[in-house]
Amino acid sequence: MSETVLKTVDLTRNFGALNAVDSVSLEFLSGQIHAIIGPNGAGKTTFINLLSGDLPVSAGRIRFKEKDITDFTCDQVSQAGIGRSYQKTNIFPQFTCFENCWTGAQSREASSMHFFRPARRLTAVKERTERALELCKLTHCRDTVANAMSYGEQRQLEIGMMLATEPELLLLDEPLAGMGIDESLQVVELLRELALDHTLILIEHDMDAVFSIAERLTVMENGRVLKTGTVEEVRASKAVQEAYLGDGHEADQGE
Amino acid sequence: MNVSRSVIVFLLCGVAALVVYPWVGESFYIELVMRMMIFGIFAMSLDLLIGFTGLVSFGHAAFFGLAGYILAIVTPESGPVSIWVALPLCLAGTAFAALVIGWFSVRTSGIYFIMLTLAFAQMLFYFFNENSALGGSDGIFIFYKPTIKIAGFTLLDLDNHFSFYYFVLGSLIASYLFLRVLLNSPFGQVIRGIRANEARTRALGYATFRYKLVSFVIAGTLAGFAGFLEGVHGGIMSPAHLGWHESGLVMMMVILGGMGTIYGAVFGAFAMVYLQDWFQDLTEYPLLLMGGFVIAVVLFLPHGIAGLVHQISSLLSGARSGAKDNE
Repeated sequence: MSETVLKTVDLTRNFGALNAVDSVSLEFLSGQIHAIIGPNGAGKTTFINLLSGDLPVSAGRIRFKEKDITDFTCDQVSQAGIGRSYQKTNIFPQFTCFENCWTGAQSREASSMHFFRPARRLTAVKERTERALELCKLTHCRDTVANAMSYGEQRQLEIGMMLATEPELLLLDEPLAGMGIDESLQVVELLRELALDHTLILIEHDMDAVFSIAERLTVMENGRVLKTGTVEEVRASKAVQEAYLGDGHEADQGE
Repeated sequence: MNVSRSVIVFLLCGVAALVVYPWVGESFYIELVMRMMIFGIFAMSLDLLIGFTGLVSFGHAAFFGLAGYILAIVTPESGPVSIWVALPLCLAGTAFAALVIGWFSVRTSGIYFIMLTLAFAQMLFYFFNENSALGGSDGIFIFYKPTIKIAGFTLLDLDNHFSFYYFVLGSLIASYLFLRVLLNSPFGQVIRGIRANEARTRALGYATFRYKLVSFVIAGTLAGFAGFLEGVHGGIMSPAHLGWHESGLVMMMVILGGMGTIYGAVFGAFAMVYLQDWFQDLTEYPLLLMGGFVIAVVLFLPHGIAGLVHQISSLLSGARSGAKDNE
């Protein structure tokens, strides 16, 4: 069986009196696509922000493989092998597509404190960059300035930059947000491909996509975990139906 | 980070003109061109921060002036000091000051970074302004230009205006090439990432604080190099050299010249130094005209003088070679 890659123990984050993430204990298994769903304000993005080091933790621990990464800053989390894509497109708008991925790829060099050798001669970085461009299917616009690309392409680039850092674990915050149907299908296909040799933690509102690719589901509400299990288990759960799926037709089909 | 071929041609023409100038120009203007070149180096160093790292430093003159003061302090009243002693001390001194100031400032951003760099520079200003041993507000003379000797043989005599002119020109070119190489290096890639989107740069795995600090130290040291040249050239260092007025002036050079191009900062320096002189001859209110110039550039040349040069030179080369090397 696959082993636990990432584990949170009573992970908590509060903003003043509000517990945005409230003692969440979860395990993520290697090689799985684990989706986190829940209504707006459930704490999904905050949870991802804690994992990625974008936000400091209020209480609880995070363990990645053998390492305790609770107090890691986001650059340390990235160096540990956890990549992250953002819900709101977060790229280098003035850079070309290639340069965007390059910046990600170069971060895997032992150090970038080199002042006199031309960056473009780092062949390993170049290879990683090309691989990332290929994976996110943007080879055709490698020299296009990111600003000038379509929204869907920017979303793909968002994932490409992360892939260029060659992470083991991917934190994907609504990768399909705002995408058209065709683009969506393409990204879902990409996620399937990535799942072959990566662990994916996915926040997504597109339920069709979630049910079609996720192997495990966690439902969050008000900062707490309502239910974790396989897709079928979650669908069958009464609590989930009441809290989240209850008024949708997904639940009706489940009964 | 490539410069289009037409701009390179333009820059080479500029260098050729500067090489020829001492033979044809009046000595007053040769002095003025030296000042332009020194400020060109100073402004380029600030462009590394403003145009490439996204750090708007409002205290950059601190390093410029500090290096000049170090030169003044290490030059004895009895004779010249060797450049092999003076220059390393000036550079090490400014690098250290930049490390200390940067250590505190670089962790902030935006308006707070501006305030901190300004505050540190003003501290240095008042230190030199109130220090009577160093001439107080009158400043301090540098009686002798440093010597450049190897084994007793004089390589270059800086007392000779001709050779000092070429020393400054060589420094200008070397500084430009240094920054170009730096910006194409892995380090350059990271600082440009920081300017474009610092949060994402960090998320990709870079400890951005370290890169910003190193950039700050490099820029400060290069400003120190310019300050060293200014000290040699002018023969006097006064607190005004590190005041906020000077910091503002060099910032205007960068902005008017065109941020994020390096060579634009040199254009800015040339334009500002020249106009300062010209407006002074023209009217009793030179600053009024200077204000008008600044407004005109900001309104009509959004990419500064460098943007204009880029347009003109690619138009010219386009007319000549069928737009082949337009970007």
